Amino acid sequence: MIALESVSKTYPGGHQALSDVSLEINDGETLALLGTSGCGKTTTLRLINRLIEASAGRISIGGRDIETLDPIELRRNIGYVVQEAGLFPHMTARLNVETVPRLLGWSPQRRSERSRELFALVGLDFTTLADRYPNQLSGGQRQRVGLARALAADPPVVLMDEPYGALDPITRRQLQTHFLDLKARLKKTMVLVTHDVEEALRLADTVAILVDGHVAEIGTPKGLRATESSLVNTFLRGGDA
Amino acid sequence: MSCRLTRVARATAIAVYLLVTSDGAAGQTTKIAVGAKPFTESAVLAEVMAQTIEAYTDIVVERRLNLAGTHVCLAALRGGEIDLYAEYTGTGLRDILGDKSERISPGLAFATVAKEFARRFDLEWLAPFGFDNTYVLLMRPQHAAELAVTKVSDLSEHPLRFGVSHEFLSRPDGLPGLRKVYTFQESHTVGMAHDLAYQGLVEGSIDVTDGYSTDAKILRYGLATLADDRHFFPPYEAAPLARRDLAERVPEAYEALRLLAGRIDAAAMRDMNFQVEQKRRAPAAVAADFLGSLGIVADRKVHSERETGVFRLLYQRRWKTLDLASRHLMLAGGAVLAACLIGIPLGIAVSRRPALAKIVLGFASVLQTIPSIALLAFMLPLFGIGVAPALVALFLYGLLPIMRNTVTGLHSIEDRLLDVGRGLGMTDSQILQQVELPLAAPVLMAGVRTATVITVGTATLAAFIGAGGLGDPIVTGLATTDYALVLCGALPAAALAIALDWILGQVERWVTPSGLRE
Ligand SMILES: Nc1ncnc2c1ncn2[C@@H]1O[C@H](COP(=O)(O)OP(=O)(O)OP(=O)(O)O)[C@@H](O)[C@H]1O
Ligand SMILES: [Mg+2]
Repeated sequence: MIALESVSKTYPGGHQALSDVSLEINDGETLALLGTSGCGKTTTLRLINRLIEASAGRISIGGRDIETLDPIELRRNIGYVVQEAGLFPHMTARLNVETVPRLLGWSPQRRSERSRELFALVGLDFTTLADRYPNQLSGGQRQRVGLARALAADPPVVLMDEPYGALDPITRRQLQTHFLDLKARLKKTMVLVTHDVEEALRLADTVAILVDGHVAEIGTPKGLRATESSLVNTFLRGGDA
Repeated sequence: MSCRLTRVARATAIAVYLLVTSDGAAGQTTKIAVGAKPFTESAVLAEVMAQTIEAYTDIVVERRLNLAGTHVCLAALRGGEIDLYAEYTGTGLRDILGDKSERISPGLAFATVAKEFARRFDLEWLAPFGFDNTYVLLMRPQHAAELAVTKVSDLSEHPLRFGVSHEFLSRPDGLPGLRKVYTFQESHTVGMAHDLAYQGLVEGSIDVTDGYSTDAKILRYGLATLADDRHFFPPYEAAPLARRDLAERVPEAYEALRLLAGRIDAAAMRDMNFQVEQKRRAPAAVAADFLGSLGIVADRKVHSERETGVFRLLYQRRWKTLDLASRHLMLAGGAVLAACLIGIPLGIAVSRRPALAKIVLGFASVLQTIPSIALLAFMLPLFGIGVAPALVALFLYGLLPIMRNTVTGLHSIEDRLLDVGRGLGMTDSQILQQVELPLAAPVLMAGVRTATVITVGTATLAAFIGAGGLGDPIVTGLATTDYALVLCGALPAAALAIALDWILGQVERWVTPSGLRE
């Protein structure tokens, strides 16, 4: 379980991006962070893998305060996916996927076996695509490679920052379906940042709506739809807010 | 039988002779180096001194005829890289000792530099050669004859048009000072480039100009020189300036040099300059003829006239050029290597701190704007002459492009990639090695390439401070107006720069990650 307890974040410039945020994500479940631009979604995500440090409050994973963990060790156990995949342009798809196994010192044979497995898992053909560079792949393919890279060392937790934000609606739909399939199979604990309300309601077990750095509303997709939440409605009406 | 015996005897005699002489040579390691500044007269005087020593002794005289200027020569002399060179008393007095006194007599000027140089630098002024290379006023000979003008004071009666060099127009020891001592009726006075002034004088658009008393152009245009009858112009008597230990270390050379005292007058010097500059003869040949005419040197075979064809000269010098090119490459390569070893880590370090990067890059840019010859000159007091100061100066030149491109290369990487690297659990050094350096490599390599081309070009100037390389023939050629010789340095240097640029261009392509190529 990932738990955020009264977490606040003030950036060096003095801007308070998060104030008193408390969240819990059960093992094997997915939390969607939904909200308009600048509300603090990315900030929340980056606090969890300690790319930034909280100004106040406590974050724990599996009951252990992350402050007590080595940040490098922590990050190697947390998958990280960003918008447009963020693949290293000088590495082939396969080298990108093998990044964390390489950092962990796996043998080349083990790495290559794992790559094949992961390509299959994210629905990519290893023989044709493994040796392509990112600029030789489509946007959807890149995003799949990015996901494979995050899952490479089989981390229990995966953080995803608008993974499908830059894709066309059809590809996005395909990848969402794929996500649901993987979620059922892999049982990862996931945090998904999105500003697409449909995506949040479709993919997550719990949806938290952030407004100006605090949690304005939280609930299951079903519950949120049922309460006719004004916020959810605003999002639904406004489409991609 | 007898024939064989003689042969054996002769062979033995030769062997014994070789043994003895080589032994002797090893025992007495007297070697003398004569320096010169990069202009004709200095080179000719160096040859005159060198050949005189060679005529009267067995000493091998090394010529270093292209030291950048007064301060380089002085540094070389004090540092022991050369043993003597020809200097002017006025230069010693004003430029080196900083003496500003006016209307000083030649005798006093010499006495002053002799005493002060001995005291302050442990250097000895030998007796002057016999000419004073100071300012003179020049006129067309017919014009001077018409007006019956032979000396400067005669000018007071006639309204004349003055066209003088800009330097002469403004220096206190030029026209402004001259006006206080003599009266002129200047109908108009303009400052102009020296060559144009000569031209104007000959064509009649001006009547009086200034020049140096031994300038070859006085002879070329057949101009009349006016005597400085009130002794206004500061004395610039030329004399050998030597290390004080010369007399003791190689007395026979010292004695030989004394033969030159008072033997070269202004007309003779002017003629020698004329032979080199206008007749395109080698300074060595001109000096040899002159010494022959004085009877100082009997009939010596001097490697005589110049080859005129550039291609023939290039061909003749091919091994020498190869030698110079390898030295050039060593200089430039060593400097670039050092600039990489320092510049890349420094670039990486400052790229993390934008404020610091600004300061360091700013400083490096300032270094870059210092003219190369000045930067080389700055190195002299610190490192003497030769390879060391050249390497340091070239290194400083190479530093900016390498450092700047390292910083630019690193800054051009998308933040998102660094963020992902960190998010995946890379340490800082893993990010540097696996993400930043591979992505910055093409830009970084372009910096190395720029630095190499700049350094190969600038290294030609290193010859001015005695570092050798392809600049040697350029500087010597410029000093003696031997343009074929200049090309023997310039063409290979240009070829070297182009070749290296191409090779490094290939390397640049090779280090560009495949994923970044189109
Ligand atoms: N490094 C930083 N320094 C200062 N302020 C920052 C920094 N990063 C983010 N902020 C500010 O914090 C607030 C929240 O930023 P955050 O990136 O978490 O927003 P977001 O919800 O992810 O928005 P988006 O949907 O546009 O990605 C914004 O107002 C932003 O300007
Ligand atoms: Mg964001």
